[in-house]
Formats: sequence, C-alpha cells, structure tokens
Amino acid sequence: MPTLTASRPLPAEASRPIDTIPITLTVNGSVRRLQVEPWTTLLDLLRDKLDLTGTKKGCDHGQCGACTVLIDGRRINSCLTLAVVRDGCAITTIEGMATGADLHPLQAAFIEHDAFQCGYCTPGQICSAQGLINEGRATSRDDVRELMSGNLCRCGAYTNITDAVMDVLQAEPAR
Amino acid sequence: MGNQMKVGIGTAISRVDGREKVTGAARYAAEYVVPDMLYGVIVSSAIAKGSITAIDEDAARSVPGIVEILSHKNRPGEAWFDRSYKDELNIPGTPFKALHDSTILFSGQPVAVVLGKTFEAARYAASLVAITYQEEAHNIDFAVSLAEKFLPKKKRNTYHPPKTRGEPDKAFDAAALQLHEEYHLATEHHNPMEMHASTVEWHGDGRITVYDKTQGSQGVQAYIASGFGFSKKDVRVVNAYVGGGFGSGLRPQYQTQLAVLAAKKTKRSVRVVMTRQQMFTHAHRPECTYSIKLGAETTGMFTSIYGDATTSTSRFENNMEDIVTWGMMNYASPNAGGEYTVAPRDTYTSADMRAPGAATGMTLFEIAVDEMAYKAKVDPLEFRTINYSEIDAMNELPFTSKALREAYREGAKAFGWSRRTPEPRSMTDGRELVGWGVATGMWDAQFSKTSASAKLSANGHLEVACATSDIGTGTYTVMTQVAADTLGLSITQITAKLGDSDLPTAPVEGGSWGAASSGAAVQLACQAVGKKLFKAAKGLEGDPFGAANFDDVEFVDGHMKLKGSDVAGVPLTTIMRSSGENSIEAEETASSGISGMISMMKKARNTHSAVFVEVKVDEDLNVVRVTRVVNAVAAGRIINPKTARSQILGGVVMGIGMALHEETFADVKLGRWMNHDYAEYHVPANADIYDIEVLFVDEPDPEVTPLGVKGLGEIGIVGTAAAVANAIYHATGKRVRSLPITIDKLLELEK
Repeated sequence: MPTLTASRPLPAEASRPIDTIPITLTVNGSVRRLQVEPWTTLLDLLRDKLDLTGTKKGCDHGQCGACTVLIDGRRINSCLTLAVVRDGCAITTIEGMATGADLHPLQAAFIEHDAFQCGYCTPGQICSAQGLINEGRATSRDDVRELMSGNLCRCGAYTNITDAVMDVLQAEPAR
Repeated sequence: MGNQMKVGIGTAISRVDGREKVTGAARYAAEYVVPDMLYGVIVSSAIAKGSITAIDEDAARSVPGIVEILSHKNRPGEAWFDRSYKDELNIPGTPFKALHDSTILFSGQPVAVVLGKTFEAARYAASLVAITYQEEAHNIDFAVSLAEKFLPKKKRNTYHPPKTRGEPDKAFDAAALQLHEEYHLATEHHNPMEMHASTVEWHGDGRITVYDKTQGSQGVQAYIASGFGFSKKDVRVVNAYVGGGFGSGLRPQYQTQLAVLAAKKTKRSVRVVMTRQQMFTHAHRPECTYSIKLGAETTGMFTSIYGDATTSTSRFENNMEDIVTWGMMNYASPNAGGEYTVAPRDTYTSADMRAPGAATGMTLFEIAVDEMAYKAKVDPLEFRTINYSEIDAMNELPFTSKALREAYREGAKAFGWSRRTPEPRSMTDGRELVGWGVATGMWDAQFSKTSASAKLSANGHLEVACATSDIGTGTYTVMTQVAADTLGLSITQITAKLGDSDLPTAPVEGGSWGAASSGAAVQLACQAVGKKLFKAAKGLEGDPFGAANFDDVEFVDGHMKLKGSDVAGVPLTTIMRSSGENSIEAEETASSGISGMISMMKKARNTHSAVFVEVKVDEDLNVVRVTRVVNAVAAGRIINPKTARSQILGGVVMGIGMALHEETFADVKLGRWMNHDYAEYHVPANADIYDIEVLFVDEPDPEVTPLGVKGLGEIGIVGTAAAVANAIYHATGKRVRSLPITIDKLLELEK
C-alpha cells in the first residue's frame, strides 16, 4: 500500500493575524457593539462570545436547524451566516422569546404538548416556528409538517411539535 | 385531595425541566462557561488502517492563538493496562485509547487535537496539520467480513446464547410449510442532536470537573480516574442535560479522553466538541445478516424456528448482541434453535443503539413471521395469536406479566384492523396503494441497583437526588412525581437533582431500567424521610398521632395525617419546626434483594408491544409514506402518561427511520463511511411523520420491579420497522428483506 502524504501549507501564510471588524447587533433587544473576527459565524458568536448558549450547534452545516434564530423576524440557520455580514441586524434567540417570567405562547405550547425530550433541538424548533408564523404561509398541519422539516428532532417529537405549533398558529393569525 | 393538582404516579404532568429547555437555560456539555479555556479541535485519520509515519505541525503551530497540538508523540502519560480503560459495558477486547500510539485502527480515528484560544483558530489550524501515513489493506465491507465471522470465546456479559429445544432441523425438513430467507439491516448511526462534547475544568489543585455528554456520570468518573491517573475523588463529572443518547453515550467516547489528556498536558481547562462528521467515527448499530428458517403446519402453527445471525464488530473489540433469541422466546414452537457470530471489520466497535439486539433481531424476525402468515393464508395478526406463548418459550419461564394479547386486541381495534382485506394490492387511495401491516415488539424489563437521597428542609421544600441521567427520558419528572406521591407534596415543593457524579450511586442510563430503578430509590429515600418525620411528630404538642404506627399515617397535600381520617393532619412544616432540625434527610439504595434475585431466576420480565402501520405507496414512483401508526404497549405501570407516550413516539419515529431512511454507506475503497452528515444520512424529518397513536394496555405487575414499572425507552422501536415492511408488502406485493426499504429496492423488484 502506498504512503499517503497530505499537502503542507506554508507557515508564513498560516501565521497571518486575523483583524477584527466592528459591528453592531441588536440581540434580544439590547444593542451590542462588538469586535468580531470575520471568520466567526453568528452561531459561534452567540454561543462563545455572548454566552447565549440556548442556540444550539447540531451540525454546523445548515442541515439540522438546531441553530435557528430570527434575524429581523426571519428564521435563519445561524451556523451558515458570518456574524460580520449581519452588522446592523436585530437578532432574536431563544433567550429573547419570553417576556420576563411569562413564557412566549410557543414555549408554553411546547411544554404543554411535550414537544421535546432531550431539549437540544427545541430552541431551534421554537425560533423556526415563530419564523413560520411570521411568514404567514402555514395554515394546515400538513403545511406545518412540511415547513418545519428543516428542524430535525432525533428524539422524534414531531407529532407533538406539530400539535404545539398548530395551537399557537390557530390562536395567533399571521402578522 | 385538597385543591392541589394531583401530581403523583400515573399523572400526565408536563416535564419539570421543560422551562429550562424551552428558554435555552438548560446547559449541555459544551455550554459551561469556564475561565481561560482552550478550544480543542480534533484531527481525524484520513486512512482506515496503518500507521502514522510523520506529523508536520509547523503551519498549524504558526496560526496565532494556537497553544498546543497534542498527538501520540507528546501526549501525557496514561495507564498502561487495557483493564484500566474498561467502562461499565465491559466489551471484551482491547478498548480504544486515543492518541496512544501511531497505529490507525479505523478511518476518522482521532490522531491529534489542536488547542487554541479561539474555536476558529483551532479549527483552521487543525486543517493545516499534515499527517503522513503508511497504509495497510483494510476492509469495512460487511459482506466481505463474513468470511471471518466467529463466535468470541469471551462473551459480552449481556449476551444470552440461544438455547436449542427439540430438533429444529428435522422439524423444518418435515414441515408442511417452509420459509428460508436472508434478512438484513444496514449500519445505523445514533446521531443524537447534541454532538459529543467534553468541557474539562482544570481547577489547578489536582481536581477536575468534566462536563460530559454521557449517559452515565459515574462511569465516566471511574474511567477517567483509572485510565488517566486521577484519584476518583478528584474527578467530578456533570451531565445535568444530555442532548440525546440512544446508546451513543453509554461508553465514554473519545472526546472525553482527548479533553482530559489535553487538560493534563496544558494544565488548563479544555473543551473538545466533535463535528457531526466525527459523530460517525464511533458508536453505531452493527450491520446484521440474519438467515431465518421457519417450519409450520398448514394451520399456521409453528413447528420449527431456526435463526443464524451475524453482526459487525471491530478488529479490537467483540461487541455482541442477542439477535436470534427473540423469536425463540416469543413464539411457542416445539422446536427452535439458533446460531450467532460476529464479523470484524476495520471500523470503530459497533455499539448498543436503542433496543440493541431486539430492534434488529425481533424486527427482522417479524418480517419472516409475516411471510409465513401469507404462506399459511392466515391473517398476520391471527397468525401471531395462533403461535402465542404464555411463557418465555426459550427459557421455559413464566412472565411476571405479559399483556401482549390485550395489546394485539386493543391495538387492532384502535387501528381498525378488521377492515383490512387480506390480499396484497387490494387496498388503494387514489393513485396510492394502501397497505396495513402488524408486528410484535419485545424488550427486557430490567432493574439496576440504584441509590437516591431525599432532604426535606424546614420550609417544606424537598430535594431528591440521584446520579442517574435524563437523556430526554423524563427522569427529572419521574423522580419528582415519585417523591410527590410518597410524601404528598406538590411539584413546586420538590427539586430533583441528577446528572452529577457527586450524587448517590446510579448506573449508566440505558436498557430502559432508569425509571424503574431511580424511581424505586427515590421512593425508598422519601419513605425513610417520612419515617423520620413520623418519629419527629411524636414530639408535637398534644401528640396528635397518639399510639399510631407509621403504617397508620399517610402524606397528603403537605400534611401528615391518619389514614382514613377526615382531619387534614399536621403540616410537614409544623413537624419540621417542632423537631428543631434544619432538615431531615435520608439516603437509600434500591436493589432487587434476595427475593428479587430468586424471582429473576424463576420468571421472565419483558415489555411487549403490538405495532400496526398503514403505508401509502405511490405506484409509479415507489415513494412510501407511513400515514398511520398505532403502537399498543404492555409495559407495566406508567408513571407519567405524557412523557411515557413521548418515549414510544420517539421509538416509533426511529423505527420508521430504520424502515425507510437510515443507512450508513461504506466506501469500501477508502474504508470510511460515505454519508457522514445529516444531509446524506437520513433521519425522519417532520414531513415524514404523520399520525402516531400510542396505547398503554393495563398490565399490573407488582413483581417485575418495586414500583411495577417496566421501562419504555426502547420498546417503541422494536418491531416498528417490521410493521412498515409488512405494510409495504400488503400494499405492493413486494417483499423487501433488507432494511431500510429505499425506492431502489422496490424498483428492483419490478424487474
């Protein structure tokens, strides 16, 4: 069998320092002025720099939806966007959904319908469901099932997730 | 009851950890804030077998912010003997030791960890580590590995060899109806949503705290101590929240080893998180081939059952499962036998995944049962009742309880089975063919020695604690409910603590024994607190309980009262106040005891289920939809119908994945898994799942475990994929014997 040798990059190229870029984000209603390295994803910024670990990393490739947050009201996989390109945006994470001690209707519905088990996909599911409601496209269970399919749940809570989303969807018409 | 909501055993309360989970407050292993922590990114082997001949780290080390690169060349000392790395599962063989030497045993093996001040720098630098390998010939093709199949001399301690009864070969040859077919299950990966992660907090005084993704904090604690040179008391492992497991966290995974080694090397706190791709480089459900021979009379009565199965393992450990025993136990054939072997390939060792053995063996067997029902021209449900066994037919033991007949009946009624027309392709809905299938599920009802503590404070708040894990199973809620039930408290008066090696001793969370075992331990601890309260109540002014014994009192609505009395009794806070103590506490251990052990030898303990499935198949495109599932489960006493239902739903969804989606493909040339991410390894998404109904049939069983609980984490998956396969046959007339049933396999049968 042959010897397998990987290519060797030049140390000089690798050792270039990474400059930071100033950005301003409104995160859950608070204005945050941040110095961010351009290679930092929004997800890693939230989790590692802002200690908003409610937003989850499940694949880092936009395949599972665990990192879903709302940017200016639209749901997005935060692992697939660099933080610097979101300069000036308003970001809502799971930590910003409740109003004080009062849970957001989706949060309450998820608890009521046992729409999670391990809880790891849950923040993404809830943010995604709010994004879905904002879009105003879903009216039926089939719509919800289809349009929530970007958020995987390995515990298999889908039927309960759909029940929870339908509860809120029917109570709260599209905005 | 007073005006408080009923919260005890049998009540469908919402999860007590629900608020933490829906607000993002629940912290998982990679989410603990630890000062001055390094981020570790794993470099994975590019080859499947051979050795590392050189590592060029120059470019990687020149990246600003890189502190250290750890490999076999510079790792700190670790234990020498294999036995030091044995975990709770004690798989026979040589446990994998990360960064131990230059040897490569499997593709994706961790060969280095890059430690940086930021995740991004470490990730970039990891891509620059240039490794030179000397490759050796490898094989990860299961079909090829069968040439080397064998029965290991040293058996896994969970393995049960098939017990032959009668003369299965002779009976098969003489049988009026014969079936002899090969069945197959693809390799599957657990893929919990949370990737395996460890955050090691280096305290600097010899102690470490490890926030670990594991199903057993104390198992990891013991493993780190024995393998990595720590005193057990200096290692604390925390897993308060676990983002799914399904068995992938039963053994300490390699990120734990790497994080501990890196912390030792740098004397700093370290976090190591696997990528989703790296989640495919460790635990997986073994691939299986299962040859089934069935003989029956023309009436459909079995005369012979014979199974010969092989499952995949690695070259360095022999993981073994019970495959052929399930059919032999479940059906009353006078003749039955089986064989089992493992086949080694150059991968990481296969592992327990939700209902290990049964999810494979019972499921594949239930497809064969369906085929025999058609041969006998007997309704598949009727066929199962014809061959019903009141006892464990292989071990010739009565069950502590078996309400499978009721599950068949109630499930069939809820599903509408009587409206089924028997012929394949006889039911349609528009352009779709409709099929209805049924299968049986069977799993163990286990109990494992577990301790718990209970502490009642002067203000009436109760804390119960146990080192068990809640991997989504609802353990926090179960512990709380059992405590509420025992001491008559409301949910808000109780805090349940788990997922911490400092807490009273518990085994790894697996095998569906969690609720039965930790529940029993919590009940004992609360009863002990109750007894202490009763003693303290003797000192109350006016001696309200007089000559009463402990058995004469009960705990209701925060009060201790005489049983049957209309008087509310004395608030627990009043008793606490009069005792002068700040708290009353007790720790107790639930074990099966001598009577339990005798019972275990004399009786079989199992859960059962009847799964009914409707599929709709597009005749032109062969797209299969599982439009309706009814799973009727016989699992003893149900502590919480809401979380219990969720456990079954989850099992059914994973069973649908097994039936239609899940398959890890081997690139036999490169010796690695091809589809190692969520885009290519398909798990069911929301749109794949339609209606699922869960029924729990009445099955009182005071003997099986102290609370009469049998456990639910696994039974939901067993048989589900068979019911789907059988429904597909009923819809299309196409019998696919290899799971998952993908469109290509259905198309192939059209030729």
